[in-house]
Amino acid sequence: MPVAFFAVFFAYPVAAIVARGLKADGTWHLGRIGEVLAQSDVRHVLWFTTWQAFVSTALTLIVALPGAYVFARFHFPGKQVLRAVVTVPFVLPTVVVGTAFLALVGRGGLLDELWGVRLDTTVWAILLAHVFFNYAVVVRTVGGLWAQLDPRQEEAARMLGASPLRAWRQVTLPALAPAVAAAALMVFLFTFTSFGVVQILGGPTFSTLEVEIYRQTSEIFDLSTAAVLTLIQFVAVGAILALHAWTVRRRETALRLVDASVTARRPRGAGQRALLGGVLVTVAVLLVLPLAVLVQRSLGAPGFGYYRALTSEDGGFFLVPPIEAIGNSLSYAVAATIIAVVIGSLAAVALTRRDAGRFVRGFDALLMLPLGVSAVTVGFGFLISLDEPPLDLRSSWILVPLAQALVGVPFVVRTMLPVLRAVDVRLREAASVLGASPWRVWREVDLPIVRRALLIAAGFAFAVSLGEFGATVFIARPDRPTLPVAVARLLGRPGDLNYGQAMALSTILMMVCAVALLVLERLRTDRTGEF
Amino acid sequence: MLLALRGATVRFGERAVLDAVDLEIAEHEIVCVLGPSGSGKSTLLRAVAGLQPLDSGRVVLDGRDQAGVPAHKRGVGLMFQDHQLFPQRDVGANVAFGLRMHGESKRQQADRVKELLDLVGLPGAGRRAVAALSGGEQQRVALARALAPSPRLLMLDEPLGQLDRSLRERLVVELRELFGRLGTTVLAVTHDQGEAFALADRVVVMRDGRIAQSGSPLQVWQRPADAFVARFLGFENVVEATVGAQAADTPWGKVPVPEGAPQGTRTLLVRPAGVHLVPADSGLRCTVAARTFRGTHVAVHLQPEDAPRLEAACALRAAPEVGDEVGVDFDAAEIVVLN
Repeated sequence: MPVAFFAVFFAYPVAAIVARGLKADGTWHLGRIGEVLAQSDVRHVLWFTTWQAFVSTALTLIVALPGAYVFARFHFPGKQVLRAVVTVPFVLPTVVVGTAFLALVGRGGLLDELWGVRLDTTVWAILLAHVFFNYAVVVRTVGGLWAQLDPRQEEAARMLGASPLRAWRQVTLPALAPAVAAAALMVFLFTFTSFGVVQILGGPTFSTLEVEIYRQTSEIFDLSTAAVLTLIQFVAVGAILALHAWTVRRRETALRLVDASVTARRPRGAGQRALLGGVLVTVAVLLVLPLAVLVQRSLGAPGFGYYRALTSEDGGFFLVPPIEAIGNSLSYAVAATIIAVVIGSLAAVALTRRDAGRFVRGFDALLMLPLGVSAVTVGFGFLISLDEPPLDLRSSWILVPLAQALVGVPFVVRTMLPVLRAVDVRLREAASVLGASPWRVWREVDLPIVRRALLIAAGFAFAVSLGEFGATVFIARPDRPTLPVAVARLLGRPGDLNYGQAMALSTILMMVCAVALLVLERLRTDRTGEF
Repeated sequence: MLLALRGATVRFGERAVLDAVDLEIAEHEIVCVLGPSGSGKSTLLRAVAGLQPLDSGRVVLDGRDQAGVPAHKRGVGLMFQDHQLFPQRDVGANVAFGLRMHGESKRQQADRVKELLDLVGLPGAGRRAVAALSGGEQQRVALARALAPSPRLLMLDEPLGQLDRSLRERLVVELRELFGRLGTTVLAVTHDQGEAFALADRVVVMRDGRIAQSGSPLQVWQRPADAFVARFLGFENVVEATVGAQAADTPWGKVPVPEGAPQGTRTLLVRPAGVHLVPADSGLRCTVAARTFRGTHVAVHLQPEDAPRLEAACALRAAPEVGDEVGVDFDAAEIVVLN
């Protein structure tokens, strides 16, 4: 069933894109690729997409690695809360992040008011927003492993005569390197396919492949160029994902892992305190400040004016009051969560079966594809493939949840898989010897262990679908916008009231996501997961 | 016979982990399978439990062939090496698990759980979390859980393996008493000979998937079947010898043998107690290479010229120092001609 789901809702749309891009009058024109690549503006977009992803990744690593160390090795008051705070940006919709940075560094933003500094037309705004977004990826992937590395390994090296730095370089760094590489690739992937942030902060000057695909489709209506660009992105993302799968497999080499709670201690000495302080300041300035400014701006009009404006019909541009987007978003998200959890769980169970063959293991990598293949591809694919017989879903409400579920499924699989794999086979055998039938064994042994992971997966799918922008913007019907789509539309219109409403709506979206995440944090016990 | 294995064979690839094993266990008997790791003893248990399919041969329980009977319908109990308690359930729910699977009423479950927790010495522990238990307590809970559905055969995989020595020695006595009182039929596997001898009515020594010897602890201890069993039991004075009517030719010279011993080329076992130390100018001349304190005696390792080392058991006070020159005399009563 998961295979069928992906065949219809992923493989088929992608095939449709290929056909649209390279086929004309029933014959294949592979030369189209060359033609499109020869255009100087396309080459410019490609170059910008790549270098900004490189710089964003490097910046994120520089800023976030000290954070990973601090979270892994130090105890300090409020650590749990701070860990949740750090993770909030990752589940925030790109649109919210874009809006928040606009409020901080844009026209009339905080920096503009204080010092007359505006960054919204420079590349810095994009880079900063990317660091903001991906800080948590590095802290969680690298820090999670770091916290579980046995400090006695380093101590053993010290006893054999290595200096502290040398011990770190010889023992800890090699153990961490694959995790750092995996995190860096993940960040590179996310920034390479960045859409909402660039769309909002990039202005007309800066455009990634994703933004360009969207522009070609919805503004220039050059579907065949868009299709070729999608293919280029597809190939690039496939390569990054393959590299990622390879580093992750290397990370799985046997490491001595211990319980994370025993490796951390209070910071000692001025150096360690300064490091902790530096990380706290970074978190405050980089992660908390933009969100705080966003909330403050949304309250800019007296008496919650912007919030009240959301409930009124504002004449023509929206067919409905913007506030209705909340209801739309929530109902879409519930449907998408159900689809994603069902498909994702089935896939995860299939992947853990001991007799899983090569085919099934290949499917593992395939499931990750929609994550990186970018939402815009999914949305564009849906747009051109599911609007005509045999599958005409264009007018069906299910189209949006389907696309959002597709983006959410990899999260579900990634959350469930480690837990399902960790269930000791002999625990099942113990139940079986005590008289439990195979079905009973699943219900009595697997389910109680997996239940928590299932809830976490559902939460992730919910948050992803709430904030999903790239795919939804293609296929959401004008009279049923979701929150991110409504924010983007408001930002696209001039006037302080619209701007303020966008801030207000973003704040609401941020609150919903933050609440979802805080609930997840409470449920989560192990911090070793991928996300 | 409660349990009979007939030519039971399990192969992992080319290697036969169980190689045509025949084994019978009578009701109320406690049998301990003893062997080094990799000898196939755990696989034997898994095959009986139905967790490991046989490549050939049969498992017969109560006269019924178990081919095709899944693990949950065999009615045997298995206590796992590392207990495998269900982490998300408390002690009581772990013990009640098998009863629940067999559809007993809540009341019966509660009564039986209380009875078993009393039996294993953990009265009132029903609500405790499994993670909060010590190793010894976990072992008791695992035992209670395995006993709860009254299995016709209880199997124990390294039952005391992970516990520390003093606890192990105390628990093995408790287990034997308990099984004797309940009349439980037990098949246990262990690599620890002390555990096996203390627990079992009958010891089965395994080597490379085959049964090397089967007999009462006394029989196995007194007359190991071959050099492998003797060495596995910790005897080091094992050599090839040509046995004559009264004495055998060994690398240590002429050694007396008991009357009626089989003759020819044989393997000879000299127990440490049969190696007597005499003044250096009589008997086999040796240098003391090492000495190990063993509590009741001192094990003295002797290096003769041009012959394998000998181990002797010495009274605490009479033990020589390392480097001393001593002579060795052999006592026929402590010498066994094997196979």
